[in-house]
Amino acid sequence: MAEIRDLFGLELRVVNVGLESFAAVLDSLGVTVLHVQWVPPAGGDPERARRLALLDDEDGT
Amino acid sequence: MTIGEANGRALDRLTSAQPVLMDCVPARAALGLDERTVLHSGPPLPWERASPPVQAAVLCAIRYEGWAADDAAGRRLVESGRVSLKPCHHAGAAGPMTGIITASMPVFVVENRPLGNRAHATVNEGLGKVLRFGANDASVIARLGWLAREAGPVLGVALREAGGLDLRALMAQAIRMGDEMHQRNIAASALLARALLPHVARAVPDTGAVARIADFIAGNDQFFLNLAMAAAKAAADPCLEILGSTMVATMARNGTDFGVRVAGLGDRWFTAPVNTPEGLYFPGFTAADANPDMGDSAIVETVGLGAFAMAASPAVVRFVGAGGFRDAVRVTEEMAEITLGEHPHFRMPNLDDRGVPVGIDIRKVVETGVTPLINTGIAGRTPGTGQIGAGMVRAPLACFEQALDAFARLQGVA
Repeated sequence: MAEIRDLFGLELRVVNVGLESFAAVLDSLGVTVLHVQWVPPAGGDPERARRLALLDDEDGT
Repeated sequence: MTIGEANGRALDRLTSAQPVLMDCVPARAALGLDERTVLHSGPPLPWERASPPVQAAVLCAIRYEGWAADDAAGRRLVESGRVSLKPCHHAGAAGPMTGIITASMPVFVVENRPLGNRAHATVNEGLGKVLRFGANDASVIARLGWLAREAGPVLGVALREAGGLDLRALMAQAIRMGDEMHQRNIAASALLARALLPHVARAVPDTGAVARIADFIAGNDQFFLNLAMAAAKAAADPCLEILGSTMVATMARNGTDFGVRVAGLGDRWFTAPVNTPEGLYFPGFTAADANPDMGDSAIVETVGLGAFAMAASPAVVRFVGAGGFRDAVRVTEEMAEITLGEHPHFRMPNLDDRGVPVGIDIRKVVETGVTPLINTGIAGRTPGTGQIGAGMVRAPLACFEQALDAFARLQGVA
């Protein structure tokens, strides 16, 4: 419990994944934020994402 | 062979190409083009689906060849099938914008030295009212006549005298001088003039003709574009034979559709409706005047030039309305997300000499949703207008999704 209280007392540093607007808002408030560009593979189409995964397996990567 | 191995082979074949400019001869000789065929840019295009500037350019070419006296008669020839349309890419050529090539037009011959395959492109007509942008008046036909009568033969005899010009070295140097070789070709054009004009002067006794071709090249900053396209096609075409590769070997547009061909899927086109470029317009024109994107020139992006090399060309960024230098670097870095590697010869001095991103992987495009960016000229949608601006355009994602689905079926993982 004490550790969590300590955490809230520290400077906030954020890693934001996905929607860039969240990072922009934090940045405008002076919060240290690292934005990671990410979207669901194949735009969220599960069938195409499955195909991509299988083709990646073929690659051995 | 795994997909990774096939892609490695395709990328190596693409980037180890050595395009050499060999000759300039009429299309009928170089392409075996018959007297009643009009080549156009992009994937196959039925006449009724062609956009107005493409139709205008086809009809203008028919008048130029003397197959019909006016556009109404030319239209009847096309609609009755007595004149047929065919993609440049199916005839060994790449054509900018409307991409029109007919039998008497001179074409440059570019040979990929290690493999011996050839690709061809017309002589760039210059800026403004030109056939490739759908202009169709008497000045367009007069210029085409001069290109066929004098410029083509002069260029041909000079190139034969030169014994060929190494385009890869020239293009590598032009990138270092700030060209991305789609919307900026001023360095490449100057380097070509420096290499070519002494041979013109030696090979052509008519000093008036020498002066006219020198003036023509010196007056056209985009003169090299068509050569960059032929060089890119000569490099990319042999990749279409590499089974198991997901690398894109052709991107092209015809004003109606955008098409891609993939190394492991051979000659098959995957098409979707083409987007309209966003950019800057010449005075008096707006986005409402723009035709959807057109031209085989996206073959230069296919080999890592154009928008892919934007970081090397700060001067072009504002011309295509894409912001400043930081935006140029962002474009190149974004394209690196969907490519297989960096070009070993085309290097960007202002990015620590890194190679341009090259070898578009359809898997990476579909996975990330990041589609290739293309620097492009903008043609007016009203026939006869010509160029109205320059900008950037995205390839439609659907082409790559279709290609991926077809590739998956071929691999038995659909």
